[in-house]
Formats: sequence, C-alpha cells, structure tokens
Amino acid sequence: MTPGNENQRRKLPELPILGQGPSRRTALKAAGATLGLAAFAKAVSPLVTIPENVSVEEFLQQHYKELTDEEKQTVFARLEAETRDEYEADVTISDPRPIPGVQFGYAINLDKCNGNGKCMEACHQENNHHRGNNQSYIRVLEISRGSMNLDSATLVGEHPVPQDDKFYMPVQCQQCANPPCVTVCPVEATWQEEDGIVVVDYNWCIGCRYCEAACPYHARRFNWEQPEIPPEEVNPDQAYLSNRIRPQGTVEKCHYCLHRTRVGRLPACLEACPTGARVFGDLNDPESEINWILKNKRVFVLKEELGTRPRFFYFFD
Amino acid sequence: MAYTALAAAVIVAAATMAGGCGLQSQEGTVPPIAETSPPTGNTDRFSVTVSRPASPPQVFTGMYDGHGEPITVSCTTCHTTRTPDATSRANADLNEFHTGLSVAHGNLACLSCHNPADYDSLKLADGTRIEFPDVMQLCAQCHSQQLTDFEHGAHGGMNGYWDLSRGPRTRKNCVDCHAPHTPRFPMMIPTFRPRDRFTDLEHQE
Repeated sequence: MTPGNENQRRKLPELPILGQGPSRRTALKAAGATLGLAAFAKAVSPLVTIPENVSVEEFLQQHYKELTDEEKQTVFARLEAETRDEYEADVTISDPRPIPGVQFGYAINLDKCNGNGKCMEACHQENNHHRGNNQSYIRVLEISRGSMNLDSATLVGEHPVPQDDKFYMPVQCQQCANPPCVTVCPVEATWQEEDGIVVVDYNWCIGCRYCEAACPYHARRFNWEQPEIPPEEVNPDQAYLSNRIRPQGTVEKCHYCLHRTRVGRLPACLEACPTGARVFGDLNDPESEINWILKNKRVFVLKEELGTRPRFFYFFD
Repeated sequence: MAYTALAAAVIVAAATMAGGCGLQSQEGTVPPIAETSPPTGNTDRFSVTVSRPASPPQVFTGMYDGHGEPITVSCTTCHTTRTPDATSRANADLNEFHTGLSVAHGNLACLSCHNPADYDSLKLADGTRIEFPDVMQLCAQCHSQQLTDFEHGAHGGMNGYWDLSRGPRTRKNCVDCHAPHTPRFPMMIPTFRPRDRFTDLEHQE
C-alpha cells in the first residue's frame, strides 16, 4: 500500500460493528454476514410460523413417548374433536399398548392366495385411507410362475384371477426385527414396539420420506393429500398409533391393525380373505397357529438376504 | 353372561373337527384348538364355532306358489319311491330337478356321498349314516391334509379373536367355500385396485 492510500483511509468512517477500516475485504465480510443472517432467518422461519393447517396445540405437542398419560388424553380428545369438525364423524381414539410377552407374526399361504384383492379393500376401509386413490397398506402382486422377480410383478385388478401361469403375493409391512425404516428416520417419529409392530407418531413425522425410500418392501405410504372420507365411511374404532385419520404430509404404514390385535382380535385383512390364505398369531406361544405353520410348512421370508428379519412369512401347502 | 352362553354354544362340528380326528364321535366338548397358556393368566377360553349347513337341504322345483315363493321339496319326496342308481356320476346322468347341476369332483359317483337308504342324509365310505351338518367328517375321509391344516388354523380362515382368552372365534365349514359338487375354488374378479397418482387418468381431474 502507498502512504497516500493510508491517509485517505483515516478520513473515512469505520464500520462500527467490525471496528475495522473500510476495505473491499471488510465490505464483503459485512455483506456475507448479512446474507448469512438472512438465510438463517429464512431457514428457521418455519419454526416460528405455524402452518395454517396446524393448531397451536398440535404444533407444541411432544413426541408420543414423551407424553404423560394425562397429556395423551388431552391429545386424543383434541384429535377426536378435530375429526368431528373436519369429517363429521364421532370417533374414539384409544391407545392399546403391547400385550406383555406377545410377539406378533403373520403368514400368507401362496398356494391359497388367488389375488382377489379383498385384503386391500378391507385395509382401505378399516384404516381410514384417503378415498381418492384407493390407498391401502397392502399390494397384491401378480407374478409369473417360476419367477421371484418383484420388479416384473404387476398389481392385480385387470382381469379375473387366478391366471394359470401366475401366482399372487400380497406385500405389506413385514414388521422387521431389524427395520431399516426406523434407522433412517431423522426425528425418531417411527419405532418398534415390544410386540414387534413398527409404529409412526403421525404428529411427529416431518414427511421427509426417508423411511419410504429405505423400506425394501415398499410398505410405507405418503399422504399427498388430506384424506377425504365420507362421514358414514369413517371407521370410528381408532387408535393414536394406527388407523386414526392421518394428517397430510406424513408417512404411514401397516401396523398389523394394532387397535384390533392388541385387544385380541384378528387383523381386518385376515378376516376379509375369502381363501383363508392368511394366518396371524403370537410367535411366543408354541401352540399358536403361526408357530404350527413355521414348524410344519415350507416357509420363506421376503428378501431374506437383506437381514431385515421380517415377522411376516410366506408359505406353501 | 355372554361368555358362558358362547361357551355353551360350541358347535358339535367344531369340537369334532378339532378333536384330532375328524371321524370321532359327533358329541362332545373337546377344546377347539390345542390348549395354550393365555398371556393374561386367565385359564378360561372362548369357543371356536364352526358354521354348519342347514339340514336337510331342499331342492327347488322350478315352480312358485301363489305368494311368489319358490316351491321346494326335500330329497326324500322323490327318492323314497325310486331305485337308487349307483352308476350315476356325470352331468349327463342327471335329469329332472338335477338337470344343469354341474359335477366336477374327482371320479365320485352320487352315491359315494349321498345315502341311498335316506336321501335326507349322507354316508361315509363304510356306509355309516351321517347328517348334512356333519359333512366335514365326510370330506375329511379323503382330504385329511386339509383337515390337519384346518385344525391348526392353516386352512379356511377365521373371524373373531386370535387370542381365545379374550374372545371367541368363528370358522367356516368346508362347503361354505367349496361347492360339494364342484369343489374347486372359483375364479374371482378383483373389484378393488389402488389408483396410481401419475398414470391413472381418473385421478388427474
């Protein structure tokens, strides 16, 4: 620098926050800091602005596992009231907990399943799915005999079933003992409970869909729209972690109908199956139907090589 | 109490089928499914009820009475006065009320199962008379594997409770799903299909 430049600098006012003489360098620093602050403010703005479709109570609601019993009752009452307002349906939201010592298992007889899709329909109705897209937690796949290539499988519903050269395989959440969907969730909105059922706190889910991408069975669903259900079709028997009407922008999945199975009842898809292909029960009970199948039938699990250890089994007669 | 009423209502077929051998006595209160230790510590168990067909069946005559109700007759109305034909086995052998009945059940003859001594009942392979509601014993003579699977909940499906310490269960009879004369499970037309967000035109408004 030349002496002349130094004189000129003394005459100019200093930038107060930096306490440094003005230069291109400091000006850029200041501009960068301003931009950075603005970007940060923009980034955190969703945290200080509550979206229109979320109530203050919902916004401030804690994670399911952090809620006390009293807080849960308040939350359930609020959700029941919201359902009454938005769907004109009187529902009961319960919270059945796992039955101590029970590990749920599910099996499907691929020699019996004929691809009629009644399980998908039952799931759709039982679990209060959005009526617009006929969503359910089950996909009944039609696969060429002699192949196990799920990529070439198609969804049933185009023609009468069963076709002679096809077999049929319903796929839903396998309730893995080593669930990749739980590992990837950045906010711990999904977890595995003691009876093996992987559940979602729909109010804690941020809808990032990592779990949907991580699931090797395509078992998770994203609510692109706020579910639309006619009042008379809303299933009033609801639970917080299962079939209550899910908010838009959250991920959901099969929960083995825990609002039914945790009070001893059979899942809706099993009761609807006209071929009797589905078997459900307690893996810890040596006398259960599901254990008899594991001991006496030719059983496999889907994508065993992935190490997910499903609680869902396929078998042949 | 609902519980005792249900327990008392255990249907004979349920007990018989689950007794380990489908050809045992018709009466009894054998536990429907193998005993388990209920998780609640409650030793009482609800029943498993297997549905039973009406007995004896009635045949539609093709005529209606003055009120428009179909006129039906029991099998014995005609068959008490006719000589049984042990050779009848094919659709072409059938006439009168049975015309149009489709038979595709192995190589069975009518009298393999129908009882020529009393057409309002059935008979086992050894000639023992058996009533229509107990037809599962008849089926199980040949279909023992299906009976074994049924007893272990692996055939025929169920409704109600997986946990019998908490509630009862209902099950279907063989003939609820398999027409006895054409037992092959029929083809079905799927009526429900998820719509695709991108490819389904209906949903694109």
